[in-house]
Amino acid sequence: MSKFEALTGDNAVAMAMRQINPDVVAAYPITPQTETVEFFAEYVADGLVDTEFVCVESEHSAMSACVGASAAGARVMTATSANGLALMWEIVYIAASLRCPIVMSVVNRALSGPINIHCDHSDVMGMRDSGWIILFSESGQEAYDNTIQAVRIAEHPDVLLPVAVCQDGFITSHAMERVEVYDDSDVKAFVGAYGPRWPLLDLEHPKTYGPLDFYDYYYEHKRQQVEAMEHAQGVILEMAEEFNRKFNRDYGLFEPYRLEDAEVAVIAANSTAGTAKVVVDALRAEGLKVGLLKPRVFRPFPAQELVDALRHLKAVAVMDRSISFGAMDNAGPLYLELVAALAAHSVHMPVADYVYGLGGRDIRPGEVERVFRQTLEMAETGQAARRVTYLGVRE
Amino acid sequence: MSTRELTEIRWHGRGGQGVVTAGKLLAETALGSGQYFQAFPDFGPERMGAPIRAYTRLSAKPITIHSQIENPDVVLVLDPTLLGSVPVAEGLREDGILLVNTPMGPQAVRQITSFHTGKVCTVDASHIAIDELGREITNTPMLGAFARATGLFDMEALIKQVRAWFGSKVTSGVVEANIRALRRAAEEVVEG
Amino acid sequence: MTQLKGWREIPIGGMILAAGSAVEYRTGGWRAFRPVFGETACIHCMQCWLFCPDSSILVDVENENMTGFDLAYCKGCGICASVCPVNAKVMRETGEALKRDDSRLCIRMVEEGKFKEQGDEQIRSTDWR
Repeated sequence: MSKFEALTGDNAVAMAMRQINPDVVAAYPITPQTETVEFFAEYVADGLVDTEFVCVESEHSAMSACVGASAAGARVMTATSANGLALMWEIVYIAASLRCPIVMSVVNRALSGPINIHCDHSDVMGMRDSGWIILFSESGQEAYDNTIQAVRIAEHPDVLLPVAVCQDGFITSHAMERVEVYDDSDVKAFVGAYGPRWPLLDLEHPKTYGPLDFYDYYYEHKRQQVEAMEHAQGVILEMAEEFNRKFNRDYGLFEPYRLEDAEVAVIAANSTAGTAKVVVDALRAEGLKVGLLKPRVFRPFPAQELVDALRHLKAVAVMDRSISFGAMDNAGPLYLELVAALAAHSVHMPVADYVYGLGGRDIRPGEVERVFRQTLEMAETGQAARRVTYLGVRE
Repeated sequence: MSTRELTEIRWHGRGGQGVVTAGKLLAETALGSGQYFQAFPDFGPERMGAPIRAYTRLSAKPITIHSQIENPDVVLVLDPTLLGSVPVAEGLREDGILLVNTPMGPQAVRQITSFHTGKVCTVDASHIAIDELGREITNTPMLGAFARATGLFDMEALIKQVRAWFGSKVTSGVVEANIRALRRAAEEVVEG
Repeated sequence: MTQLKGWREIPIGGMILAAGSAVEYRTGGWRAFRPVFGETACIHCMQCWLFCPDSSILVDVENENMTGFDLAYCKGCGICASVCPVNAKVMRETGEALKRDDSRLCIRMVEEGKFKEQGDEQIRSTDWR
């Protein structure tokens, strides 16, 4: 029997970790992920989990320990944010290329400098080419649900890739909300036992992880990672279906909100999607046909499905919580990938990018409303007045 | 009291006074009564004594909005020394409620904050806290005054939650003292 | 030259699903200098065995003797000659820094070209697996 609890997003993720009861957690604290690690450390101290908790001296060591443990055959989890993620960068790539099904909570925070402890998506965007599966979460509930599903996605024999579950730093990680927590035994049954295929600790079948590749084999190993990413999408949907049957919460590759009969839409990820939903409802009450598309799976990027969901619209605005400096028009990554998808699938429609919320700058309903209204104008004129707008910056 | 579906509350206090705890306690009470809620602090670096803010949203329906609260329906000020130095009434809705921990009366508070509409309630929660608890931790008495002033919560539901919150973390003597302080503030709060 | 395999035919993630596969990589062909030792001079201290990076010092475990070099893998790095205490003693006594192939040394490093046979047949058995 599930129950409702008042939990912060960080606490919700720690709760999921407790119920999953991984073999190893190696983590280093960094705001705003800290509470997850603190709560989990308490569970370890109180004997509520069997996890071997490895206190390391840096995030680079954290991910290194995770890779080692995973290769040994353990079910491994960790958590980080921003510069912590940046510090473990080389090992993040290694975790994916050595096919370690590690599940990591990434509590999105701005990358320094200057130092900023608040929310934006620059941290996770830095790992978008790393080979990790990346999931977005609108709320603590979604972070909790995604973490549970992530274990099954990562460990699926056709995938064997690490998964990053994102949520907005402070905005959901430190906000206490009503979260449905499922029964321990139900979560345990859903994630099941980990059956590693090639654990180092299986001495009957000796093996080596992480050897040297020359130019004769490296490319082939990368091609294998592509294959895994291709399988990942189907596996993600499969796990979502199983999750829905068990826990009665429906997840997909993204969430369309009043999108089907919309004329224009905004694309926004994580907590901003929640604020945008309120704006959609208000504008719909005015008779305006607007909708929202909330990305959930960012890697693997569901290009075909996104294009199909947006195809009928007259205009789309993307809201990006990070900048890809030096990219086309100094736009944000979500916009860049979307326009590429539309172009590749020969769908022509005006798209505009709205960069917002950098370093935790608040994004208000009024500003989101402006985005919608400008998108409606864009639908009329057939083109974006400006390809990229920096929403909320003081000129 | 606003009849909008969503009630937005802002708390003012100083680090170490239990402001964030008060917001969370309220959230737990909401949970117990089947309401939806959000409770979050202002996200600056906090140290003991620094002015801080915390926020709570309450609704009968799921809350998806995640922006900061600009125009609260209720403002609670837990530390009387903030009056005059922090613009506590900033953004407070015209028909909003301002509840202040102070020995002064509502009219004096209106003068200082320039909030001349809505409802202003005052209670000397510091005095009650020192009397009942021996320390100036004003969150429980303020919650009592809050329940009385806004009618948003059933007193007994709140008290039940306070008991559950403390659990076995403190002695039953301390728990009962907090409950006494809560009830007393509810009795002594004045409106003007 | 073995046929290179396609991406579907190899284990994922660069995993090597066998033990001791380094044995298949015969590094003896890298050698520019070959170690030669004086069996009468050798004191069987095993320092060369301890330091050899290629595990290419052959020992007779039962009699606790150093017996030679595994030329299938020896890369001719000369570390054995560098650490050999008999070599050090000889140099101390002669008061000279001797050439690597000086006949007074215990372990000498001799130009590979001077040997007629290839010297890379696999001496050591791999049955230890």
